[in-house]
Amino acid sequence: MRWGVVVFPGSNDDRDALRVAERQLGDQAVALWHKDRDLRGADVVLLPGGFSYGDYLRCGAMASCSPVMDAVRAHAAAGGLVLGICNGFQVLCEAGLLPGALVRNRSLSFICDLVTVRVETIDTPFTEGCHPGELLALPIKHGEGCWVADEDTLAALERQSRIVFRYVDRAGRVTPEACPNGAVGNVAGVCSEGRNVVGLMPHPEHAVERQIGYNTEDGLKLFRSAQAWLRRARGPEAGGPALVPGP
Amino acid sequence: MMAARPSPSPPEVTAALAAEHGLSPEEWQRILDVLGRPPTFPELGIFAVMWSEHCSYKSSRAHLRQLPTTGPQVEQGPGENAGAVHIGDGLLAVFKIESHNHPSFVEPFQGAATGVGGILRDVFTMGARPVAILDSLRFGAADHPRTPFLVRGVVGGIAHYGNCIGVPTVGGDVYFDAGYNGNILVNAFTLGIARKDRLFRAKAGGVGNPVIYVGARTGRDGIHGASLLASAAFDETSQEKRPAVQVGDPFTEKLLLEACLTLMESDRIVAIQDMGAAGLTSSSLEMAGRGGAGMVLNLDAVPLREEGMTPYEILLSESQERMLIVAKAGEEEAVREVFAKWDLEAAVIGHVSDDGVFRVRWRGEEVCALPVTALTDSAPVYRRPAEEPSTLEDMQRLDLREVKEPTDHSQTLLSLLESPNLCSREWIIRQFDQLVGGNTVVRAGGDAAVVRVEGTRKALALSVDCNSRYCQLDPYLGAMLAVVEAARNLVATGARPLAASDCLNYGNPERPDVMWAFQHGIQGIRDACVALGTPIVSGNVSFYNETDGVSIPPTPTIAMVGLLDDVDDALTPWWKGEGDVVVLLGRTREELGASEYLAHVHRIVRGAPPWIDLEAERRLHRVCLTAARERLLRSAHDVAEGGLAVALAECCLGGPGLGARVAVERGIRADAWLFGESQSRMLLSLRRRHLGRVRDLARREDVPLTILGEVRGKSLVIGDLLDVPVETARDRWRRALERRLAR
Repeated sequence: MRWGVVVFPGSNDDRDALRVAERQLGDQAVALWHKDRDLRGADVVLLPGGFSYGDYLRCGAMASCSPVMDAVRAHAAAGGLVLGICNGFQVLCEAGLLPGALVRNRSLSFICDLVTVRVETIDTPFTEGCHPGELLALPIKHGEGCWVADEDTLAALERQSRIVFRYVDRAGRVTPEACPNGAVGNVAGVCSEGRNVVGLMPHPEHAVERQIGYNTEDGLKLFRSAQAWLRRARGPEAGGPALVPGP
Repeated sequence: MMAARPSPSPPEVTAALAAEHGLSPEEWQRILDVLGRPPTFPELGIFAVMWSEHCSYKSSRAHLRQLPTTGPQVEQGPGENAGAVHIGDGLLAVFKIESHNHPSFVEPFQGAATGVGGILRDVFTMGARPVAILDSLRFGAADHPRTPFLVRGVVGGIAHYGNCIGVPTVGGDVYFDAGYNGNILVNAFTLGIARKDRLFRAKAGGVGNPVIYVGARTGRDGIHGASLLASAAFDETSQEKRPAVQVGDPFTEKLLLEACLTLMESDRIVAIQDMGAAGLTSSSLEMAGRGGAGMVLNLDAVPLREEGMTPYEILLSESQERMLIVAKAGEEEAVREVFAKWDLEAAVIGHVSDDGVFRVRWRGEEVCALPVTALTDSAPVYRRPAEEPSTLEDMQRLDLREVKEPTDHSQTLLSLLESPNLCSREWIIRQFDQLVGGNTVVRAGGDAAVVRVEGTRKALALSVDCNSRYCQLDPYLGAMLAVVEAARNLVATGARPLAASDCLNYGNPERPDVMWAFQHGIQGIRDACVALGTPIVSGNVSFYNETDGVSIPPTPTIAMVGLLDDVDDALTPWWKGEGDVVVLLGRTREELGASEYLAHVHRIVRGAPPWIDLEAERRLHRVCLTAARERLLRSAHDVAEGGLAVALAECCLGGPGLGARVAVERGIRADAWLFGESQSRMLLSLRRRHLGRVRDLARREDVPLTILGEVRGKSLVIGDLLDVPVETARDRWRRALERRLAR
């Protein structure tokens, strides 16, 4: 199967994401240039971390208008899988593919740290391989990761079980101290109504090798989950047609 | 051709104007002699920057020749944008450390940000993809009113630039000392990796080859940053120099980085140099100078940010994120295409010539025609007078009988652990992206950072060090110890030291005591580097670090790079398992002079720094590296500031947070045994079954080995001297910096 990693000019974690797909998952990986309108047969589209266009305006605001995003929207509308990590999450919110918005951290400082998140729903392609309430150790690194939404939106998301990850303490409790950035309801990640588009601030692609970074490989669970989901969706014959035809 | 519209006519060039440009009367006369005529206004500006201390190294050059710069591992020594050493697999480690002190004091956020931007460009200019950044920071006293503002600004600026461009900041060091109250230091280091057959240099050649300007447009920022800001001391008017500080745009630099590296995959370019200090002027002149060529520039073709800029301003602007490329003739369009993909401009602004003259044209006029050698080879070289500071001998005297031993060593340890120089740096480090690139094996907080070399089994370790209190009390020994400490930090991770880069921060070189300290610093670095086999392959000198006549302590910062053949051998300082044996390599002497303990607990800054036997140091390295390679060790930690007690505590504070039970073995004062800073010591933990082999290795190299105790429990217990719960220590150690600075 094929992972497409969107490369905006200011993307930074694109190479890391491509490497996970190829090395850890043994899948194909293609870089999708932001000026392209074609997803090059990608089964799952990943929007990586970074600073898409410098993000001097609002994180992801300009990226959401880039040519490649039309293709990503079409892919998502047809039920294709989309994962936005950090800046990718910001882009998806700006593009209207995910609810809410991401604003400056409460501390006003960039934070690079290890956090614990709780899997709030396993009813998404990226979390079905986890068990409900599972705790994952994942790194964060962002300056604008405070997710906010109005009360109605938040209530609707709760009702529809669309909050995918929450920051918790090591015992799994949702506390204000466990939230590194001030996000409403400790929300770390959400999904779309169709559940095929997921965005999160933590970096699963930086948690795939014990030796590297914060010595956790919990991030692999998200990628493996999507891999299994896609394999099932594509049926038993390997190398079958892509789940979603390109636009 | 007539000028499109009138521009203000340039001022008359006189001796007085030259003096305003920072040129001495002798230098002004030298210009007249070399040219045989008075310079034009733009030419005067060019001389001022090219002969500034910052660009010409006129006070340091004669002394720098003493430094060892060669070795089988060296591919490129000093003189290029960065140094390069072989690391096998057809790869080179490319690195350099550089100062950005004065801009950071005047405007901490942008000063530090552009410091990072500048050093990144130096490395990717060579064809290397930057893989790690370190920052070596020196601030005034933690309780000085301006310190929190400066720390927040500098840290924010580094984070802003490094995080956005996507290169991990993996470590560095931070010290607080009243000696920096009026002049902080921001030294930034970048490591990159290049293919051996793809190393690019800044040597112009090939008559008629086009000179291409790429990157951001030129504005009026940073004019005379190199001459007026970097090459003069501070006084009460320093804040008025803010306009000389450049403004950084990391996003544009990211585009420039990717475009340059793409371009360098082809064979289209002859030379490339970043436009740093003195901008277009120094980049073009240095490329021409290295290649023994001339150059013709047409300023009308330079992409400008604002209208009405004069030749003087265009030549001297230090606008950031710009590069100058000498391409092969006929490749102009191909170069332009690469940059167009990244939405960057590429403009042909001149060509290489063969008459050895630097000619600048503007609106049909030749505004500058200078022999390149007049600026480079004829630049003044000074052997300035040097004299030992009269106070030094007295400062080195220390009578320990007058130093009362504390009664409660537990409290002393806790107090040290929350002192500004020893407490956790987490509050700073967590503002930096340490992970991007996916190769960070050991993050900040260990002895050295370790970064995996993509596509190989190897890893590179990087450290940066300088204890300026040592240098203040003994400029020679202190500089030596900076080298030794940097090397030992690498060894503690299991890495073999390869080579170093130096950033020599000193006061006003026109003062004999400063010059004396500088000369002795160079000698110390030379002797240590020769003994350890680690040549200096790059670096810079930063003079005039003084305010109102008060110099900073001598600060020869040493950044060093080491190689691990197998990334799995990498070690960290922290205890790994209950029951492991705790072993000390090296000898503890009664050495309290110049220690953190004396300074923090007794408020005494005197005495001689700890002595060093370079041969013993080498033997220590061999024991540790062999033990690491044979996978005999669970942890290794250098014993440094704060001595053995602090080193033991640090092993408890990281990782799983295990305690240790250690026996006291001493024939010296308890405080010297606990907190003294004797050199050539390493703290190890290992499984009991490996003790015999490690003991053999130590015996073979004649390195003293003491079994101190074992990893056990949740407290650090040192005989009957002290007993501190790890949790308590960690709480105080971790929160101290934030409590002091985040107000």
